[in-house]
Amino acid sequence: MQETTANRVAANATSSFTEHLQRERPDLMPFGQVPFNQLPAGGHAGQPGAPLQAPHGTTIVAMTYAGGVLMAGDRRATMGNVIASRHIEKVFPADQYSVLGIAGTAGIALDITRLFQVELEHYEKIEGTLLSLDGKANRLGAMVRGNLPMAMQGLAVVPLFAGFDRPAGFGRLFSYDVTGGRYEEQEHHAVGSGSMFARGALKKLWRPGLSEQDAVAVAVEALYDAADDDSATGGPDPVRQLWPVVYIVNRTGAFRVPDRDLAAVAGRVIESRTVAQREA
Amino acid sequence: MTQQFYVSPEQLMKDRADFARKGIARGRSVVVISCRDGIALVAENASPSLHKIGEIYDKIAFAAVGKYNEFESLRQAGVRYADVRGYSYDREDVTARGLASVYAQSLGAVFTAEQKPFEVELAVAEVGQAQEADHLYRLTFDGSIADEHGFIVMGGQADKVSEAVAAGWQGELDFAGAIRLALAGLVADKETTTLPVSALEVAVLDRGSESGRGTRRAFRRLEDPDIVALLAEEK
Repeated sequence: MQETTANRVAANATSSFTEHLQRERPDLMPFGQVPFNQLPAGGHAGQPGAPLQAPHGTTIVAMTYAGGVLMAGDRRATMGNVIASRHIEKVFPADQYSVLGIAGTAGIALDITRLFQVELEHYEKIEGTLLSLDGKANRLGAMVRGNLPMAMQGLAVVPLFAGFDRPAGFGRLFSYDVTGGRYEEQEHHAVGSGSMFARGALKKLWRPGLSEQDAVAVAVEALYDAADDDSATGGPDPVRQLWPVVYIVNRTGAFRVPDRDLAAVAGRVIESRTVAQREA
Repeated sequence: MTQQFYVSPEQLMKDRADFARKGIARGRSVVVISCRDGIALVAENASPSLHKIGEIYDKIAFAAVGKYNEFESLRQAGVRYADVRGYSYDREDVTARGLASVYAQSLGAVFTAEQKPFEVELAVAEVGQAQEADHLYRLTFDGSIADEHGFIVMGGQADKVSEAVAAGWQGELDFAGAIRLALAGLVADKETTTLPVSALEVAVLDRGSESGRGTRRAFRRLEDPDIVALLAEEK
């Protein structure tokens, strides 16, 4: 095609912040800075072959309820057998009507979250309208795909995405694999090291048409069960007053459930388990 | 080969400036008013989708008059500048002053180097915690930048509109008052005394967005029913 001014303008017109960053400031991208074939082999100085030690975020659960969707994450990050953080937050609002939770290498995951938040806001400001929920889910998939070279070095990031589909009028959930594959999930889902225990709990606790309060209780209890069996997942911590991070997304937007409510819910879970006097 | 006539630099700049001024005066006015509740941006604009007012960042808004394609490209460049800056440093580090100086440099470069200057005039507004911390910058086609106090009127018959707004401006206005004042200004150069709501584009930078709506993004576009409701409030 002939190189005309019109063609050049059209080629430069993008509503995507990621594309703009890739073009103008590739050094700021959280991934894709080093070509795949130039990445060092797995391992680091002194210990060839040993995986790089970096904090890892763990369990995230999400579920639909009567008015929308809910997502919750525990507060622990681990580095091998060490607890790297007790306070880390792994569930974030992506924009007004969607949230994402991240499991995997915390450093890269936090940067991808930040990039994704700016990506959605940037589109909204440039275009003057919100991206569709499917559009948002696809953009996140592309970012996870961009991180594939790092994932092959053992620095994988696996997000969970949930949002309220305004035209359709209900909440939807999306999970991803490390290659950026996007899968719409029904009812509920969990990712991270404690996810199989959380998912087991969700299968028994979740039921269609849960109220918002019940959904919060189910999420906290599923995380409690994950923490019970997975050492990398943190349970509710009444000593330090640390509770899971829980976001609900409904027709009016995404809101964080206040710690006060979570303290009460977690207290009831611990109490009921104590009363039951079960060992396993 | 055709003979190149000598044109003095003074004449060249004057011709370019006259050309740009004419283009800007052809359009309709935009009024930006700093008030107690925040900053109100009001434009006379019949199109509901081709905006003259836009959001740049958390506390920063943009308003423009002149040629749409020219100021729209500047608006998008501003959003990109602000988002890259906020992403690479921190959201707090994006300021209207930084943005306005980038705009001034681009407008100045276009004015001197390009075939024709941009026929636009811009306002960059930043809402602060208190009214003294509000910033209003006016940028003209040649890259001049001015730090304004209280309000900015641009485009159309700016002198007449500006007089009307200056007569009624006071710091204690709320949003309803500021929008009423802007409307009084916008009709100053017309026969009529009111404008239909459909001919208006109104947005605000809400000073209390964090406490009131729980969002750091202060910019809010008011839809027609919102404007009607706001103007119907008790004076």
